[in-house]
Amino acid sequence: MFNYKFFHHTADAKFQAFGQTLEETFSHAALAVASLMWDWKKIAKNIDIPLIVEGKDLEQLLVNFLEEILYLLDTRNFLLGLAENVSLEKKDGTWSLHALFRGDVNEGEYEIYGDVKAITYNEIIINDREPFMVQVVADI
Amino acid sequence: MELKRIDANTWEIPRHANMRVSAVIYASDKLLAGVKGDKTLLQAKNVACLQGIQRKAYVMPDAHQGYGFPIGGVAAFDLEEGVISPGGVGYDINCGVRLLKTDYTERDISDKRKLLLAEIFKEVPAGVGKGGTTRLSRRVLEEVCAKGAEWAVANGYGTKQDLQRTEENGRMQEADPSFLSQRALERGVPQLGTLGAGNHFLEIQKVSEIFEQDVAEVFGIHSIDQVMVMIHCGSRGLGHQVASDYIRLMENKFGIRGLPDRELINAPIRSKLGNSYYKSMSAAVNFAFANRQMIAHWVRQVFQKVIGSSEGMDQVYDVCHNVAKFEDHTIEGRIKKVCIHRKGATRSFGPGRREIPEIYREVGQPVLIPGSMGTASYILVGTSKAEELSFGSTAHGAGRVMSRHEAKRRFRGEKIKEELEQKGIELRSTSWRGVAEEASQAYKDVDEVVRISHEAGIGQLVAKVVPVGVMKG
Repeated sequence: MFNYKFFHHTADAKFQAFGQTLEETFSHAALAVASLMWDWKKIAKNIDIPLIVEGKDLEQLLVNFLEEILYLLDTRNFLLGLAENVSLEKKDGTWSLHALFRGDVNEGEYEIYGDVKAITYNEIIINDREPFMVQVVADI
Repeated sequence: MELKRIDANTWEIPRHANMRVSAVIYASDKLLAGVKGDKTLLQAKNVACLQGIQRKAYVMPDAHQGYGFPIGGVAAFDLEEGVISPGGVGYDINCGVRLLKTDYTERDISDKRKLLLAEIFKEVPAGVGKGGTTRLSRRVLEEVCAKGAEWAVANGYGTKQDLQRTEENGRMQEADPSFLSQRALERGVPQLGTLGAGNHFLEIQKVSEIFEQDVAEVFGIHSIDQVMVMIHCGSRGLGHQVASDYIRLMENKFGIRGLPDRELINAPIRSKLGNSYYKSMSAAVNFAFANRQMIAHWVRQVFQKVIGSSEGMDQVYDVCHNVAKFEDHTIEGRIKKVCIHRKGATRSFGPGRREIPEIYREVGQPVLIPGSMGTASYILVGTSKAEELSFGSTAHGAGRVMSRHEAKRRFRGEKIKEELEQKGIELRSTSWRGVAEEASQAYKDVDEVVRISHEAGIGQLVAKVVPVGVMKG
């Protein structure tokens, strides 16, 4: 069973991520995004970054969550190796997500082979019941 | 969906269902076949449904599926009734192209070509997550975003003449960096003066064909084998963040109900949010202008160092490929100010427009259309006809036909480098995989794109350039 897989999409990167739970599916989606830029399996887990993001619906929550990878890359040179302890909660109409990003700061020892400009809402699908699946198109 | 043929290279989606205007596509049969394979036409139809859209929604010859608007989409909106949409500009705000001429021919630099490229590769930071050499304070970054290339020139990067030869003179006056989010500024701080990655590149080129000698002369293009330098990059993470921020803010304010595509989210131009998006987007446009200004300066320095002189390395022009701005256009016989969105399209103003530099005003503006890695790029000239046919716009590049994933699977970066070397093209990159993803086979035929632009009359061929040295992020 793949954690994520990519599809043919002319200008961009379209993928689906899977998991036993929606939380696990979100964490696999994070790895799919990372895989567009670096080999996440090769990233040492030297640094932990706790994360809290919000969204007014699940789609926005997922987009905001995945955007964190790009933000941390640009501002801290942080390369994601794993997304752990993802938890989701809905309160007063707003979704929030807690997670732990584990990875390393790139001082030039890792190859970065691609650029992701943004996470888009284009063709976004969230299957929040079994079988859990999210589909995302990244602008690259 | 009904598609009506108007002439050899013009197609129309007649107004139907919720469309407020019709949509017009400039494409040959071959290009249209490609466009039909994705969602470009549906997206053009969706754009034609937006409130306050004027005349028609236009689709350029290199169009392909985007988010909300197609890439290669052009639309103008009434200032009172109309909307502004981050999806109509794109994530890479003011992704654009700058072209420098030189007085050298290929022979003058032939034995130093490798060294030139190596030095440029050293001086111009590139690649993902690669910061610039100039780390700015937040205050300085805000100044960059307010003043654009003007800031760069005032700080020793380039000349006043460069500014005159840049769209908007290198500065969108409406920019207001106080509307930028903390995150946008944070992402901008390490990235000023960097090329980035993806499809962005810097090429040393030579003129291989001149189609329109008189116009070419005006642009400073005199002879075959003349060396040129092309810089293709944008506003990096700062611009991406502006787009993401305002998509979210507009969603939260106006909701997504009734939108055929979530990325078509928009705000009335006259609303507070529409206004703050415009001012933030303009700030990102300025960041990109300053970015290309600095890179151009470093390229001149390298020529100075390696060849002995950078004299005559005048800027031909600098164009935006992703932008929204206010322009005068003729609507139903009357000249009217509208908010034009060009997403993956180049402004293509003909003779006489006051927006273009005086030296080009008699012939029309230079239009710079980069090809894919290792293939030809083109210099066109804007036309008056384009103002009637496409709000003064034409194509912006080749446009992908193959996903990066597929390209990576099929090609190897090292092999591509070898093949280019056999053709006399040097290549430097931060990543082999990145090179494979940008293989020219993954792109449309740029020759066909510019031919259709020329035949449709929305941008006329002036010269063709081919690379001799390619630097990829």
